[in-house]
Order: sequence, then structure tokens, then C-alpha cells
Amino acid sequence: MNPRLLPLAATVMIFVIAYAVCYIQFPAMLSTRVAGNLLTDNAFLGIAAVGMTFVIISGGIDLSVGSVIAFTGVFIAVVLRDTSLHPLAVFAILLVLTTLFGAAMGMIIHVLRMPPFIVTLAGMFLARGLAYILSVDSVPISHPFYDWLQTLYWLLPGKGRLTLIGGLMLLVFAFGILLAHRTRFGANVIALGGGVQTARLMGVPVARTIVAIYALSGFLAGLSGIVFSLYTSAGYSLAAVGVELDAIAAVVIGGTLLTGGSGFVAGTLIGVLIMGLIQTYIIFDGTLSSWWTKIVIGALLLVFIVLQKGLLGLADRRRSLRASGGA
Amino acid sequence: MTVVSSQSQPLLAAVGLSKTFPGTRALDGVDFELRAGEVHALLGENGAGKSTLIKCLTGAYRRDGGDILLDGASIDPRDTQEAQRLGIGTVYQEVNLLPNLTVAENLLLGRQPRSFGLVSRRETNRTAREMLSRYGLAIDVARALDSYSVAIQQIVAIARAVSLSGKVLILDEPTASLDRDEVRMLFDVVSSLRAQGLGIVFISHFLDQVFDISDRITVLRNGKLVGVREAATLDRTQLINMMLGRELSEETRDRGRGGFDYAQAPRIAFAGTGRAGVIAPFDLSIHRGEVVGMAGLLGSGRTETAELMFAAAPRDGGTVTKDGTPLKLASPRDAIAAGFGFSPEDRKTSGIIGDMSVRENIVLALQARQGWMRPVRLSRQREMADDYIRRLGIRTPDAEKPIGQLSGGNQQKALLARWLATNPEFLILDEPTRGIDVGAHAEIIRMIEELCASGMSLLVISSELDELVTYSHRVVVVRDRVHVAELIGEEITTDSIVAAIAKPSPVQEAGT
Repeated sequence: MNPRLLPLAATVMIFVIAYAVCYIQFPAMLSTRVAGNLLTDNAFLGIAAVGMTFVIISGGIDLSVGSVIAFTGVFIAVVLRDTSLHPLAVFAILLVLTTLFGAAMGMIIHVLRMPPFIVTLAGMFLARGLAYILSVDSVPISHPFYDWLQTLYWLLPGKGRLTLIGGLMLLVFAFGILLAHRTRFGANVIALGGGVQTARLMGVPVARTIVAIYALSGFLAGLSGIVFSLYTSAGYSLAAVGVELDAIAAVVIGGTLLTGGSGFVAGTLIGVLIMGLIQTYIIFDGTLSSWWTKIVIGALLLVFIVLQKGLLGLADRRRSLRASGGA
Repeated sequence: MTVVSSQSQPLLAAVGLSKTFPGTRALDGVDFELRAGEVHALLGENGAGKSTLIKCLTGAYRRDGGDILLDGASIDPRDTQEAQRLGIGTVYQEVNLLPNLTVAENLLLGRQPRSFGLVSRRETNRTAREMLSRYGLAIDVARALDSYSVAIQQIVAIARAVSLSGKVLILDEPTASLDRDEVRMLFDVVSSLRAQGLGIVFISHFLDQVFDISDRITVLRNGKLVGVREAATLDRTQLINMMLGRELSEETRDRGRGGFDYAQAPRIAFAGTGRAGVIAPFDLSIHRGEVVGMAGLLGSGRTETAELMFAAAPRDGGTVTKDGTPLKLASPRDAIAAGFGFSPEDRKTSGIIGDMSVRENIVLALQARQGWMRPVRLSRQREMADDYIRRLGIRTPDAEKPIGQLSGGNQQKALLARWLATNPEFLILDEPTRGIDVGAHAEIIRMIEELCASGMSLLVISSELDELVTYSHRVVVVRDRVHVAELIGEEITTDSIVAAIAKPSPVQEAGT
């Protein structure tokens, strides 16, 4: 098997085993209801994580995601409260804003050759600050269109509900998978992760690709924010703190190399679902503190990073063996 | 013009090309012409202007003066992409492909076949297989590039460049990391491309290979054209003369080595040093003022031996003594404290620190040895750096230039200066002359001889047998991770070394 597929295979295996363990303890967990909720509850995280996958594959990082989600919520809530704009129009304006925000960060990263960590860290503070300026308090969203959106779902066999936002996440993943693995843009993103200088020499439009990657992440963070506001019916500047870190965790657990150059959007979905599964388990158990989620995710992350390191080492060793064998 | 007149119009021609950088005139009115269907070697010492010329041709630099004609029409490529579109493709020494992509993606990046707007992986792989089959390469193109050897990666790079450009192919030191069979394979590819009518520029410091494959040779020196010759009418000495512009004395080669007195006790002695799976246990002692050469093929365990001796890699037992007293040698730090120095093979990754200045790189080992609590005074650092720059002839505008911007030979000299600054008693040099030009080569050999005359003990690893024969008192031959032979004094000839390397190893000797 291709060693690059190993982290993905490991992720899928962990997910299946984890679900099996849950099922043995709580047979009710194997139902479309739980599955539907798993998708709904993690929709915003999943959508943001798709963007993050692209960023990480390209060798970058985007720390602004959580703040952008919070800003989005507050922006929508405030605009809907103070103006008579239709939510769809507000969504459109907002998505343009967050996309431009991401594009601007990409531009700075490329033109000034700044580390993405610093640029998006600045972006994180900026977006959070803007959210505070709009409103310090939580602003409830009440709009008939919003209420209608929240009632939309597709009934699954077994009475489970695939809600609008859960379905949207799956769509975004499908779109992400095609974009990453079946387009020239996706190949360029992976190429950047292999080495910017080399990619440039090979004719990858570096500037355009980097800007597009962060614009995509900004767009998806905005979309994630919309989903989050649908999920919570409010905008609050303190919401979604640390979501970017959850997204990074999901991406890495999903088998994407944190150093870039290799990764799978589908793996990220599994990563998100593993994280959601742990939370569901804790809810079913009822006695565990929700902080256990963090502990388990921390342990999983460690396992995966060690696994990746080990695989890289193995590949190196194999290569040097081959080189010496051929001499 | 010095250009040999040609019957037909040249494929690519540079006329009076000039390029100036602050402080240096890298190219000064250079003429160069490449015909279709020829392999044209471009030679010169470090800083002769080879890479600048190539970079002007490929659009990496914009020229300051002169003209570049492709098929008789003036071109002015703004970047490598544009040069590529015009028909000029380049393959560099460090394969400029992406190791994390598949072979097929590397070949077709940016022009993957699509159906319904999506990249068709099957079609991509099929096209890639077809492309490679023209080079006699039948490999699984869906595998990652880094699962293949450098030679295959090199051919993939050539296939990509040719398919993108198709007129001119520039090969910049393509053979530097290939072994003999791989070079053969590469040259077969080059020959068939020549037969197809491509113009090929070949840059290499391996003169044998240059004579092997080239039709014509252009030599540059100090940014100026020295001359263009038919390879068939040129011999080695003439060529070196053109490159150096001074006589490389024949005596350098065959100066008699004084017999070495082995009666005295060795300075450093390794006994039973080895590591399972890396190198079989060996005994090796080095005397005062002795140069021990180490010969062997790539991957035979030469570098591993050096790393073990410098404690850069863990050893399984064995003892080390210095002047009869046991040494605790657990880390390179201990080794440096014991008066060892180690200049590794791969300058770029384990030697120089590219962003630091020449001065900082030179002072590094001395500072490490003194301990960071006792900084070397800046004035002393400057003095030392300037001193070594002068003594070793390091070509740099000043000591504060980042070392990464120097050419390979000058980096190597600075690296040597780093260890000389610590005044080591025992210095290990791993391939000190790899990837550097003839002039610097001779200088480094001279330096090795001077150091040993001053009483230093040296272990020099090299694939250049002539070189080993020149300066070694003793040559250790490594084969299949075992020290198989030791040649002393008059026994050392290139033939005897080759014989020792080539002898099939008995079964029980084979590496673990």
C-alpha cells in the first residue's frame, strides 16, 4: 500500500473501532438519529476544517477561522437587527467580506513573504476585535427566514434527520474532495506543500494559488459562521474561541501532514466525526466531564503526529536503503 | 568574436551578453552559440559566469547588455516560464520536481488532461507512461516521485523539460549525485535527444563525462569567454589550462610521498568501533602528520565511518584512545573538545548555515568549543575571518556576506576554515572536493598537504582516486559496510584501490 495512505487508513480504522466500542456500550448510538445529530452538531467545524485542509496541505496554517466565525455571527445578527436586508443578501455580503479577508491575508503572506502563522494570528485578533466593535453582547437572531431554514431537514430512514446544515457540510466536503484531488488547483496546492520554490519553477502560479487558498479558507470560515449562527440562533463575539485549533486537530487526525504536501479532504471528515463521536459518547455516558473530549483528542493528535513522523522516517530509511543498494 | 563560425544558423545564440551585480561583473560580453543536435558543454571555475549565463538564457536573470537569439530571433524571457514556452527547458542538479506528487503529476503539472472540467487521473497516468516510454523508462507513474532513485527523478525532470520546451535543454550538473551506471543511463537519454535534434547545454565539473558526451566545449573564466573548441580536438590538459588560465603542474599529481614512519605510537586509535547494520566493527589508528584516505563506492559505509568517529552517530561499543588515554566520545561536542574536526559531505544540509555570514560560519566551531559563555570578541572574529579568507582564497566581497550566496568551492573553503580555526589535531574531511571546480580542487589538495605537514592528522574521504593517491599515506578501502583493505605507501595506486573495491566480498564479511 502507498505509505501516504496509511494515516488515512489509520483514521478510518480508529473511527470504525471507536464507533464499534460506542455501539457495544450504547446500542442506540448506531442509529440515523445519532448520525444525523453528529453531522448537524459538527457542521460548522467540518466546513471550516475543509478550508483548513487546503491551507495545511499547502504548508500553511490559518488561525483566523474561529474569530471569523464569531465575526460572522455578530455581523449577521447586528445587520438583521438594524436593517431590513434579507438574510440571503446579508449572507452574500458577508461571504464576500470573509473571502476578501482571507484573500488579503494570502496576499500579505505571499507578497511580504511572512509566515502564515503570524499573518493569520493578526487576522485572528482583527476579526475578533471587529466582532467586539459590532457588539459586545450576544445578539439573538430572529427572522422568519432563519426560522424556516432551521426547520429544513431530510428525514432519514430510522427517523434520523439530515438537517440543512448537516447536508451543507457534506456538500462542502464533496466539493472539497473534488477540488483537492481532481482539479489543477488542487494539484497546485499539493505542489506548494512540496516546496514553494520548486513549485514556482514548475510553473505553478504561486501568487494566485496562495491567495486562492486563503480566500477559500476565508469563504468557508464565513460559511461556517453562517451555519454556526443557524445552529445557535445568535451572534456572540466570544463564540467559537479555539475552533481553528479544533479544525487543525481534525485535519491532522484525518491524515494530512501538518508540514504540508500530502493530505485528504475525506480524511478531515473522518477526523471531524471522530471528534464528534467522542462528544456524543460523553453525552451518552452522562457522568464524564466534557473536558474528556479535549483529553482524548489530545491523545489522538499525539498518536497521529508520532505516526506521521514514523512514516516519514520509514520512507527515508527505505529510500536510503534503496540508494545504497543501487550503488 | 571568438565563436567558431558555423555553416547553419545556430539554434540559440548569445551575443555580447553582459550582466553586472553590485561589485562584480558576472558576465562581460560573452558570446555563446548552440546548434541543433549537439551537446555543448559549458565549463569554467567557480564564479566564471556559467550559472549567470544559464540564468540569463533561462530568464531567471534579465541581461544588462547584449542579445539572445533563438532561431535567429531576439528573445528576452522575463522568467523561466516564458523561456520554457519559447523552447528553453532546464534541469538542475537538485532535481526540481516535487517529491510528494506522483511521477505523472510531476510530468504534467499545470496541463493535466481534463474531462468534464475535472482532472482525469487515468488519462494523466496514461500520458505520463507514454512520455516516459520514449526514454525507455517503464515505471509505475502513479507512485510518488520520491520512491524512485535520483537518476530516475532526473530523467523524469528531463522528460518534463523536453515536453514543455522541445528546442533547448540545459542540464546543470545533472550527474553530481549519480553513480556510474546511472550516468550511463542518463547519457543514453541525452544521446537520443541529441539525435532528435535538440540543442543540449551540459554543465558538469566531471571532465571525463564532459569528454564522453560533448560535441563542443565553451569555456568561461571570470565572466569572459575563453574559447569554444571541438571536444574531439581538445585534450584534458589543454582544457584545464583554458579553465584555469595557468599551468596545473604535472608534479602535483606524482610527487613522491615520503615513507611514513609507523614506529611512533598513533595519536588517535579506534578499536572495535562499529554499529550493527551501518558499518562492521573496525580498528583504525591515525598518526601525527598522517593523511589517511578512505575510498569506496557511494553507500559503502565511508560517511558512516566518519560519523561514528566524530560521534555524530551512536556506536555499539568499541574503544577510542588518544595518545594512549581512553576518550569518552558520546557526542560531537566531546569530539570537538578532544580536538576533532569534521567537515561533512553534504555542505548544504549538514555543513554551512546559509543565512549566516561567512564570518559567523567560520567562527562557529571555535565558539562551540570555547562554550557560549565565553564569546569570541567581534574584532577577533573579523580578524580571523579576514585571515582565512585571504589564506584560503575564499572569493567573497567581504566576511559579512551570507555564506549561502557563495559558490560551492568557496563554501567548502569556508567550511574548512571553520575547523582550522579550532586548530584541530584530527580533522575528518568527507568529500572535500565534491562539486567544486578544478582550481579550488587543486587549492584544497594543497591545503590538505600543508595541514598534514604541520602535524595535523587527517582522514579524507573521496571518490576521486587520483586525489587520494596524491596525498594519502595510507588508504582504507570500504566495501559493503566493511573495511576491507588498507593500502600503505607505495601500494597506493588507483589500480590497487579499484581492485580492492571491486573484489567480491566473502559471504561472512557481508554487512549485517
